[in-house]
Amino acid sequence: MGVKNKVISMLEKENMRTDIPDFRAGDTVKVHVRIREGEKERIQVFQGVVIRRHNRNQLTATFTVRKVSYGIGVERIFPLHSPMIEKIEVVTRGRVRRSRLYYLRNLRGKAARIKERR
Amino acid sequence: MIKTIIGRKLGMTQVFGEEGEAIPVTVLEAGPCFVTQVKTVENDGYNALQLGFGTRKPHRVNKPLKGHFAKCGKGPFRILKEVKVDSTDEFDLGQEIKVDIFQVGEKVDVIGTSKGRGFAGTIKRWGFHRGPVSHGSKNTRPPGSIGCSAWPSRVIKGKKLPGHMGNRRVTVKNLQIVDVRPEQNLLLVKGAVAGAPNSFVIIRKTNKR
Repeated sequence: MGVKNKVISMLEKENMRTDIPDFRAGDTVKVHVRIREGEKERIQVFQGVVIRRHNRNQLTATFTVRKVSYGIGVERIFPLHSPMIEKIEVVTRGRVRRSRLYYLRNLRGKAARIKERR
Repeated sequence: MIKTIIGRKLGMTQVFGEEGEAIPVTVLEAGPCFVTQVKTVENDGYNALQLGFGTRKPHRVNKPLKGHFAKCGKGPFRILKEVKVDSTDEFDLGQEIKVDIFQVGEKVDVIGTSKGRGFAGTIKRWGFHRGPVSHGSKNTRPPGSIGCSAWPSRVIKGKKLPGHMGNRRVTVKNLQIVDVRPEQNLLLVKGAVAGAPNSFVIIRKTNKR
Protein backbone atom coordinates (compact mmCIF):
# COMPACT_ATOMS: atom_id res chain seq x y z
CA MET A 1 0.00 0.00 0.00
CA GLY A 2 1.12 3.48 -0.81
CA VAL A 3 1.00 6.60 1.31
CA LYS A 4 -2.39 7.21 2.75
CA ASN A 5 -4.40 10.11 1.43
CA LYS A 6 -4.41 13.14 3.73
CA VAL A 7 -8.18 13.40 3.76
CA ILE A 8 -8.50 9.77 4.73
CA SER A 9 -5.98 10.10 7.55
CA MET A 10 -7.97 13.07 8.76
CA LEU A 11 -11.20 11.08 8.67
CA GLU A 12 -9.57 8.22 10.53
CA LYS A 13 -8.21 10.54 13.21
CA GLU A 14 -11.72 11.73 13.93
CA ASN A 15 -12.87 8.22 14.69
CA MET A 16 -9.84 7.13 16.66
CA ARG A 17 -9.98 6.81 20.42
CA THR A 18 -7.37 8.33 22.64
CA ASP A 19 -8.33 6.60 25.87
CA ILE A 20 -6.75 3.27 25.04
CA PRO A 21 -4.07 2.14 27.47
CA ASP A 22 -0.74 0.94 26.21
CA PHE A 23 -0.70 -2.85 26.02
CA ARG A 24 0.97 -5.48 23.90
CA ALA A 25 0.91 -9.14 23.07
CA GLY A 26 1.34 -11.27 26.17
CA ASP A 27 -0.52 -8.89 28.46
CA THR A 28 -3.65 -10.01 30.24
CA VAL A 29 -6.47 -7.53 29.73
CA LYS A 30 -10.05 -7.03 30.78
CA VAL A 31 -12.15 -5.78 27.91
CA HIS A 32 -15.41 -4.17 28.97
CA VAL A 33 -17.78 -4.68 26.07
CA ARG A 34 -21.09 -2.91 25.69
CA ILE A 35 -23.83 -5.37 24.84
CA ARG A 36 -27.16 -4.15 23.63
CA GLU A 37 -30.18 -6.36 24.12
CA GLY A 38 -33.12 -4.60 22.59
CA GLU A 39 -33.39 -1.37 24.55
CA LYS A 40 -31.19 -2.31 27.46
CA GLU A 41 -27.47 -1.99 27.46
CA ARG A 42 -25.14 -3.82 29.77
CA ILE A 43 -21.45 -4.39 30.09
CA GLN A 44 -19.71 -7.70 29.80
CA VAL A 45 -16.10 -8.29 30.70
CA PHE A 46 -13.90 -10.48 28.57
CA GLN A 47 -10.64 -11.28 30.28
CA GLY A 48 -7.77 -13.03 28.59
CA VAL A 49 -4.34 -12.86 27.06
CA VAL A 50 -3.68 -10.59 24.10
CA ILE A 51 -2.20 -12.87 21.45
CA ARG A 52 -2.08 -10.40 18.60
CA ARG A 53 -2.19 -6.71 17.79
CA HIS A 54 -2.93 -5.90 14.19
CA ASN A 55 -2.68 -2.68 12.09
CA ARG A 56 -1.13 -0.53 14.78
CA ASN A 57 -1.71 3.25 14.64
CA GLN A 58 -4.61 2.89 12.24
CA LEU A 59 -8.32 3.11 12.64
CA THR A 60 -8.58 -0.45 11.38
CA ALA A 61 -6.43 -1.73 14.26
CA THR A 62 -7.65 -4.86 16.01
CA PHE A 63 -6.47 -7.05 18.82
CA THR A 64 -7.18 -10.65 19.67
CA VAL A 65 -7.85 -11.81 23.21
CA ARG A 66 -7.70 -15.48 24.11
CA LYS A 67 -9.10 -17.10 27.18
CA VAL A 68 -9.88 -20.65 28.20
CA SER A 69 -13.48 -20.97 29.25
CA TYR A 70 -14.61 -24.28 30.79
CA GLY A 71 -11.70 -26.01 29.09
CA ILE A 72 -12.47 -24.57 25.69
CA GLY A 73 -10.25 -21.93 24.15
CA VAL A 74 -12.16 -18.81 23.13
CA GLU A 75 -10.66 -16.04 21.04
CA ARG A 76 -12.29 -12.72 20.33
CA ILE A 77 -11.08 -10.14 17.87
CA PHE A 78 -11.91 -6.58 18.88
CA PRO A 79 -11.59 -3.49 16.70
CA LEU A 80 -9.34 -1.34 18.87
CA HIS A 81 -11.26 1.88 18.19
CA SER A 82 -14.71 0.35 18.42
CA PRO A 83 -17.28 2.39 20.32
CA MET A 84 -18.62 -0.88 21.73
CA ILE A 85 -15.58 -1.14 23.96
CA GLU A 86 -16.33 0.68 27.20
CA LYS A 87 -12.76 0.43 28.44
CA ILE A 88 -9.71 -1.77 28.42
CA GLU A 89 -7.94 -2.63 31.66
CA VAL A 90 -4.49 -4.10 31.75
CA VAL A 91 -4.37 -6.74 34.48
CA THR A 92 -0.83 -8.03 34.12
CA ARG A 93 2.01 -7.36 31.72
CA GLY A 94 3.60 -10.46 30.28
CA ARG A 95 7.11 -11.04 29.06
CA VAL A 96 7.02 -12.79 25.70
CA ARG A 97 9.54 -13.11 22.91
CA ARG A 98 7.28 -12.76 19.90
CA SER A 99 4.47 -10.51 18.77
CA ARG A 100 1.99 -13.18 17.74
CA LEU A 101 1.35 -15.77 20.39
CA TYR A 102 -0.33 -18.41 18.26
CA TYR A 103 1.70 -21.10 20.01
CA LEU A 104 -0.55 -20.68 23.05
CA ARG A 105 -3.29 -22.47 21.14
CA ASN A 106 -1.37 -25.72 21.37
CA LEU A 107 -0.61 -25.39 25.05
CA ARG A 108 -2.79 -25.78 28.07
CA GLY A 109 -2.60 -25.48 31.81
CA LYS A 110 0.80 -24.81 33.29
CA ALA A 111 2.55 -24.70 29.92
CA ALA A 112 0.34 -21.85 28.75
CA ARG A 113 1.49 -19.52 31.52
CA ILE A 114 3.26 -16.29 30.65
CA LYS A 115 5.98 -14.78 32.80
CA GLU A 116 5.29 -11.38 34.22
CA ARG A 117 7.21 -8.41 32.88
CA ARG A 118 8.71 -5.92 35.26
CA MET B 1 -33.34 18.67 -9.69
CA ILE B 2 -30.04 17.12 -10.48
CA LYS B 3 -28.84 13.93 -8.89
CA THR B 4 -25.49 13.44 -10.57
CA ILE B 5 -22.08 14.76 -9.71
CA ILE B 6 -18.52 14.19 -10.84
CA GLY B 7 -15.89 13.31 -8.29
CA ARG B 8 -12.63 11.67 -7.49
CA LYS B 9 -11.98 8.48 -5.59
CA LEU B 10 -9.67 9.11 -2.64
CA GLY B 11 -9.45 5.64 -1.16
CA MET B 12 -11.03 3.36 1.40
CA THR B 13 -11.26 3.27 5.16
CA GLN B 14 -13.84 2.27 7.74
CA VAL B 15 -16.26 4.01 10.05
CA PHE B 16 -18.19 2.70 13.01
CA GLY B 17 -21.95 2.46 12.74
CA GLU B 18 -24.59 3.00 15.38
CA GLU B 19 -24.41 -0.58 16.57
CA GLY B 20 -20.63 -0.32 16.80
CA GLU B 21 -20.11 -2.35 13.65
CA ALA B 22 -17.29 -1.43 11.30
CA ILE B 23 -18.57 -0.24 7.93
CA PRO B 24 -16.14 -0.34 5.01
CA VAL B 25 -16.41 2.93 3.12
CA THR B 26 -14.97 4.50 0.00
CA VAL B 27 -14.13 8.17 0.39
CA LEU B 28 -15.05 10.24 -2.66
CA GLU B 29 -14.26 13.86 -3.25
CA ALA B 30 -17.48 14.84 -4.99
CA GLY B 31 -17.60 18.20 -6.65
CA PRO B 32 -17.85 21.10 -6.63
CA CYS B 33 -18.95 20.88 -10.23
CA PHE B 34 -19.92 23.81 -12.41
CA VAL B 35 -22.43 24.00 -15.20
CA THR B 36 -20.45 24.67 -18.37
CA GLN B 37 -23.26 24.36 -20.87
CA VAL B 38 -27.05 24.20 -20.72
CA LYS B 39 -28.66 22.18 -23.49
CA THR B 40 -32.33 22.73 -24.20
CA VAL B 41 -34.94 21.07 -26.38
CA GLU B 42 -35.21 24.16 -28.61
CA ASN B 43 -31.50 24.32 -29.20
CA ASP B 44 -30.24 20.76 -29.01
CA GLY B 45 -33.29 18.54 -29.11
CA TYR B 46 -32.98 17.43 -25.47
CA ASN B 47 -32.48 18.84 -22.00
CA ALA B 48 -29.09 18.35 -20.43
CA LEU B 49 -26.37 20.01 -18.43
CA GLN B 50 -22.69 19.81 -19.06
CA LEU B 51 -20.72 19.67 -15.83
CA GLY B 52 -17.05 20.41 -15.33
CA PHE B 53 -14.85 19.10 -12.53
CA GLY B 54 -11.18 19.23 -11.58
CA THR B 55 -8.58 21.70 -12.74
CA ARG B 56 -6.43 21.81 -15.84
CA LYS B 57 -3.45 24.08 -16.43
CA PRO B 58 -4.58 26.99 -18.63
CA HIS B 59 -1.71 26.53 -21.12
CA ARG B 60 -2.76 22.93 -21.69
CA VAL B 61 -6.20 23.94 -22.96
CA ASN B 62 -6.70 24.40 -26.68
CA LYS B 63 -8.40 27.47 -28.12
CA PRO B 64 -11.85 26.03 -28.84
CA LEU B 65 -12.13 24.69 -25.29
CA LYS B 66 -10.82 27.97 -23.89
CA GLY B 67 -13.68 29.74 -25.61
CA HIS B 68 -16.11 27.18 -24.24
CA PHE B 69 -14.89 27.73 -20.68
CA ALA B 70 -14.88 31.50 -21.14
CA LYS B 71 -18.61 31.38 -21.85
CA CYS B 72 -19.42 30.03 -18.42
CA GLY B 73 -16.70 32.07 -16.74
CA LYS B 74 -15.25 29.07 -14.89
CA GLY B 75 -12.52 26.54 -15.46
CA PRO B 76 -10.55 25.25 -17.19
CA PHE B 77 -11.83 21.91 -15.96
CA ARG B 78 -10.17 18.54 -16.15
CA ILE B 79 -13.23 16.62 -17.26
CA LEU B 80 -16.59 17.50 -18.71
CA LYS B 81 -19.63 15.26 -18.51
CA GLU B 82 -23.14 15.66 -19.77
CA VAL B 83 -26.07 14.91 -17.49
CA LYS B 84 -29.65 14.62 -18.65
CA VAL B 85 -32.21 16.66 -16.72
CA ASP B 86 -35.99 17.01 -17.01
CA SER B 87 -35.94 20.76 -17.07
CA THR B 88 -33.13 23.28 -17.39
CA ASP B 89 -35.10 26.18 -15.91
CA GLU B 90 -33.39 26.19 -12.54
CA PHE B 91 -29.86 26.06 -13.93
CA ASP B 92 -27.60 28.83 -15.18
CA LEU B 93 -24.20 28.78 -16.79
CA GLY B 94 -21.47 28.61 -14.19
CA GLN B 95 -23.80 27.42 -11.44
CA GLU B 96 -22.15 25.42 -8.71
CA ILE B 97 -23.30 21.91 -7.89
CA LYS B 98 -22.14 20.46 -4.59
CA VAL B 99 -22.46 17.20 -2.69
CA ASP B 100 -25.36 18.51 -0.66
CA ILE B 101 -27.65 17.23 -3.43
CA PHE B 102 -27.21 13.88 -1.71
CA GLN B 103 -28.37 12.83 1.74
CA VAL B 104 -27.20 10.20 4.17
CA GLY B 105 -28.97 6.90 3.57
CA GLU B 106 -29.65 7.45 -0.11
CA LYS B 107 -28.54 4.85 -2.63
CA VAL B 108 -26.21 5.82 -5.44
CA ASP B 109 -24.45 4.26 -8.41
CA VAL B 110 -20.78 5.02 -8.80
CA ILE B 111 -19.21 4.78 -12.22
CA GLY B 112 -15.44 4.53 -12.41
CA THR B 113 -12.69 3.25 -14.65
CA SER B 114 -11.25 0.00 -13.38
CA LYS B 115 -7.51 -0.46 -12.91
CA GLY B 116 -5.88 -1.62 -16.14
CA ARG B 117 -4.29 -5.03 -16.00
CA GLY B 118 -2.96 -5.19 -19.56
CA PHE B 119 -3.08 -8.42 -21.53
CA ALA B 120 -4.22 -10.94 -18.95
CA GLY B 121 -4.47 -14.73 -19.13
CA THR B 122 -7.54 -16.80 -18.44
CA ILE B 123 -6.70 -17.41 -14.80
CA LYS B 124 -6.59 -13.74 -13.87
CA ARG B 125 -9.22 -12.61 -16.34
CA TRP B 126 -11.86 -15.28 -15.96
CA GLY B 127 -10.93 -17.18 -12.83
CA PHE B 128 -9.99 -20.43 -14.61
CA HIS B 129 -8.26 -23.05 -12.51
CA ARG B 130 -4.62 -23.68 -13.10
CA GLY B 131 -2.96 -26.99 -13.87
CA PRO B 132 -0.54 -28.83 -11.60
CA VAL B 133 2.79 -27.15 -10.91
CA SER B 134 4.89 -30.23 -10.19
CA HIS B 135 5.35 -33.85 -11.29
CA GLY B 136 6.75 -32.65 -14.63
CA SER B 137 3.61 -30.77 -15.52
CA LYS B 138 4.02 -28.03 -18.09
CA ASN B 139 0.34 -27.15 -18.09
CA THR B 140 0.30 -24.62 -15.25
CA ARG B 141 -1.43 -21.56 -16.71
CA PRO B 142 -2.51 -22.22 -20.33
CA PRO B 143 -6.25 -22.05 -21.07
CA GLY B 144 -6.48 -25.70 -22.24
CA SER B 145 -8.83 -26.85 -24.95
CA ILE B 146 -10.95 -24.09 -26.41
CA GLY B 147 -13.50 -26.22 -28.19
CA CYS B 148 -14.32 -29.21 -30.43
CA SER B 149 -12.54 -30.42 -33.58
CA ALA B 150 -13.74 -31.03 -37.18
CA TRP B 151 -17.20 -29.94 -36.14
CA PRO B 152 -17.80 -27.02 -35.81
CA SER B 153 -14.17 -26.32 -36.80
CA ARG B 154 -14.33 -22.89 -35.29
CA VAL B 155 -14.24 -21.41 -31.80
CA ILE B 156 -17.70 -20.61 -30.46
CA LYS B 157 -18.43 -16.95 -29.95
CA GLY B 158 -17.98 -15.57 -26.50
CA LYS B 159 -15.38 -18.17 -25.51
CA LYS B 160 -13.42 -16.87 -22.54
CA LEU B 161 -9.88 -16.33 -23.73
CA PRO B 162 -6.88 -14.19 -22.75
CA GLY B 163 -7.01 -10.53 -23.66
CA HIS B 164 -7.10 -7.03 -22.34
CA MET B 165 -8.43 -6.72 -18.80
CA GLY B 166 -9.45 -3.69 -16.80
CA ASN B 167 -9.28 -0.01 -17.74
CA ARG B 168 -12.90 0.06 -18.71
CA ARG B 169 -16.03 1.71 -17.38
CA VAL B 170 -17.44 -0.13 -14.38
CA THR B 171 -20.67 0.79 -12.59
CA VAL B 172 -21.24 -0.29 -9.03
CA LYS B 173 -24.93 0.00 -8.27
CA ASN B 174 -26.92 0.63 -5.13
CA LEU B 175 -24.23 1.86 -2.77
CA GLN B 176 -25.49 3.38 0.43
CA ILE B 177 -24.34 6.85 1.40
CA VAL B 178 -22.85 6.72 4.88
CA ASP B 179 -21.83 10.34 5.27
CA VAL B 180 -22.03 13.63 3.37
CA ARG B 181 -19.75 16.55 4.20
CA PRO B 182 -20.51 19.54 2.01
CA GLU B 183 -17.87 21.78 3.66
CA GLN B 184 -15.13 19.34 2.64
CA ASN B 185 -16.87 18.10 -0.52
CA LEU B 186 -16.71 14.56 0.78
CA LEU B 187 -19.02 11.66 0.20
CA LEU B 188 -18.65 8.35 1.99
CA VAL B 189 -20.30 5.36 0.35
CA LYS B 190 -20.48 1.87 1.76
CA GLY B 191 -18.45 -0.64 -0.17
CA ALA B 192 -15.88 -0.60 -2.91
CA VAL B 193 -15.74 1.42 -6.11
CA ALA B 194 -13.83 0.59 -9.28
CA GLY B 195 -10.58 2.37 -10.06
CA ALA B 196 -7.36 3.57 -8.51
CA PRO B 197 -7.17 6.38 -5.95
CA ASN B 198 -7.41 9.82 -7.59
CA SER B 199 -9.33 8.41 -10.55
CA PHE B 200 -12.45 10.20 -11.66
CA VAL B 201 -15.89 8.83 -10.87
CA ILE B 202 -19.45 9.77 -11.66
CA ILE B 203 -21.92 9.53 -8.80
CA ARG B 204 -25.61 9.40 -9.57
CA LYS B 205 -28.79 8.51 -7.79
CA THR B 206 -29.32 4.83 -8.34
CA ASN B 207 -31.66 3.72 -11.08
CA LYS B 208 -32.03 0.36 -9.44
CA ARG B 209 -35.32 -0.24 -7.67
